[in-house]
Amino acid sequence: MSSPGRPKSETGSAKHEGLSKSGSKTSGKQADPAGRPVGAAIPSAGADMRHLLDQAIVIDGETAGPATGAQAIEPSHSPRATLSGQLAHPAPLPRPSALASPDLQREVEQFLYLQAELLDAKHWQAWMDLFADDGVYWMPVAPEQTEWEGSPSIFVEDRSMMEIRKGRVTHPNAWSQAPQWETSHLVSHVTIESVEVDTLMVRSRFHMMELRRDAIRHFGGSYRHTLVRGAGGGLTIRLQRVDLFNSQAAFDYVLQIWV
Amino acid sequence: MNLDALVEPDRVHRTVYTDQQIFDQEMANIFEKVWVYCGHESQIPDTGDYYAVTIGRQPMMMVRARDGGINVLHNRCPHRGVQLVGNLKGNTGGAFVCSYHAWSFHLDGKVRAIPLAQGYEGTAMNKSNPDCNVKPAARVDSYRGFVFASLAADGPSLAEFLGDARIAFDDMCDRSPEGEVEVVPYCHRMVQQSNWKFFMENQLDSLHPSVTHQSTGISAGRVEKRVKEEQGAAPLHYHYLSTFASSFEQWDNVQTINFPRGHGILKAYMGLRPKDPDTLEYEALLKKAYGEEKTEEYLSRSIHHVLVYPYLSVQSPLQQLRCLRPISPDKTLSEIWHFRLKGAPEAIYRRSLWYFNLVNSPATMINADDLENWTKAQWGLASNGGDWVSFHRHYGDDRFEGDVAYSNHGTSEVVMRNQFSAWRKYMTGSAA
Repeated sequence: MSSPGRPKSETGSAKHEGLSKSGSKTSGKQADPAGRPVGAAIPSAGADMRHLLDQAIVIDGETAGPATGAQAIEPSHSPRATLSGQLAHPAPLPRPSALASPDLQREVEQFLYLQAELLDAKHWQAWMDLFADDGVYWMPVAPEQTEWEGSPSIFVEDRSMMEIRKGRVTHPNAWSQAPQWETSHLVSHVTIESVEVDTLMVRSRFHMMELRRDAIRHFGGSYRHTLVRGAGGGLTIRLQRVDLFNSQAAFDYVLQIWV
Repeated sequence: MNLDALVEPDRVHRTVYTDQQIFDQEMANIFEKVWVYCGHESQIPDTGDYYAVTIGRQPMMMVRARDGGINVLHNRCPHRGVQLVGNLKGNTGGAFVCSYHAWSFHLDGKVRAIPLAQGYEGTAMNKSNPDCNVKPAARVDSYRGFVFASLAADGPSLAEFLGDARIAFDDMCDRSPEGEVEVVPYCHRMVQQSNWKFFMENQLDSLHPSVTHQSTGISAGRVEKRVKEEQGAAPLHYHYLSTFASSFEQWDNVQTINFPRGHGILKAYMGLRPKDPDTLEYEALLKKAYGEEKTEEYLSRSIHHVLVYPYLSVQSPLQQLRCLRPISPDKTLSEIWHFRLKGAPEAIYRRSLWYFNLVNSPATMINADDLENWTKAQWGLASNGGDWVSFHRHYGDDRFEGDVAYSNHGTSEVVMRNQFSAWRKYMTGSAA
């Protein structure tokens, strides 16, 4: 079987350069940092190895008869193909920065740093108060998901659900909270994508380390914030979307608190 | 090893949770013999779609064949042993092609082509030798769209193995006006640092929720009450969490039914049949499809979840299941799937989705404390602080009808006694 769509000149060109020829050509023109010709760095493996290298191996797509080797593999076969009906989801090109004013850029950065610091310091109520009354914290299962409503999610919490989680982790008999645990967030790459009236779209990246008992786990990924100006003029969160880069991985134990 | 000495009617020796040799025997005598759930047929709709799945210690793959059938094959090239698929899921086109030497195989595992095949002339390895084919699972069968495979050529049929636990799949599918479900294509995957048996015991352990889950239950109850006061009613998903804080006495009234082979049912306790417009619309669709009487039968079944021993917990009224893949004595992977009722309103899907997201996700406010318990149990049982695990609660006080045990008290440890009775039969080779 010949492989369709493959330009013959491409395979045909190999005919003119057997391995030994291209090897000797290379050794003549290039040298490694120590000044030795690259070709000379190939260790000698005795007569048999020399024999192999000297063969004029011809890779020619034009030979008669059924193709063998790579060409024989059915074009429909691709070990990297997704399940049929499921699209591959290449990440969209990052949106360019909206070139916000330095003051706005600094304000947003400080806001995101505060968000992370409140989590690390376990100031749950102060963290929740960063959210608008209709604010939502969402960690989707997969990057292609676009809506928190109706989607399988790792976290999907409005203010009431956050209050349940806060009440749980602070309860004296929240057994899994007994072992000492701490987190440390880094937030970076803060990019304001758009500013429309009072709504800002901001993306950033985070790295969170979590210590529990004697074990450390790492969580990395991206934040995407929809920020709005509250009545008092300060920023509040309408939606905090958190994409873990290993959201589909097998989780070793659970995430007990917001990332 | 004398397994009889490890399992007594009302207690078991701690090593059944901790010992590597016993674990290996469990894999060989139980998981690599019984019917193991591979996935739902809607996971692989088209020719060449595959999912990798582990049965016992065996890496397998479930693949949709050209004729529409489903094959379960060992993920291993018969030439030099390289795995044929290197991903959890995907589409392999019309054939599997080994990445090492390009042996290729049809979707039923039969060898398709070998490069320079004349090199095998005169050897024992030619294309008519079945050793050139990818080894299939001994048996594959499905029940209402749920695909199972058994690595043992002999043994009970799938229907016999499931027995009364078939209700898990009937209950889930009957709730669809079309009698079918389809998979939601995202799987939550979590690893518990403990033996697989803790999960199976815990699922029907009615004494633990108000202890283990009190922090979440109490906190959710408080917020649920406030939402009710403010808005007149609280969405059902608050109740999913608050109900865990029910009293010991209430839990003691939730009966378990314990079947042969270790299967079992925890009866319903959540009250998942409100009278809101969404539910009424949904019930009208069911009545149109099945009539008044059948609809009533389907919706009044008292099931919280059904266990298919030794690895599956099916929460049929909320269309989700958790499937265990043991890794080692102290490590177990669980795969958690959600399903849509075909033909049911979106609101019914979203209602059950809350349970998937709140209770079964990797940020669960419920299983966080279960997993902590089992980790500590694993550590406790590895110690010399005692040799036995007690299952004495209400021993001798259960009602038996034939080989089915009904608990007189919801908190009876008949659940564990029944599971270990099945375990012992499997492990000693006396299971039918």
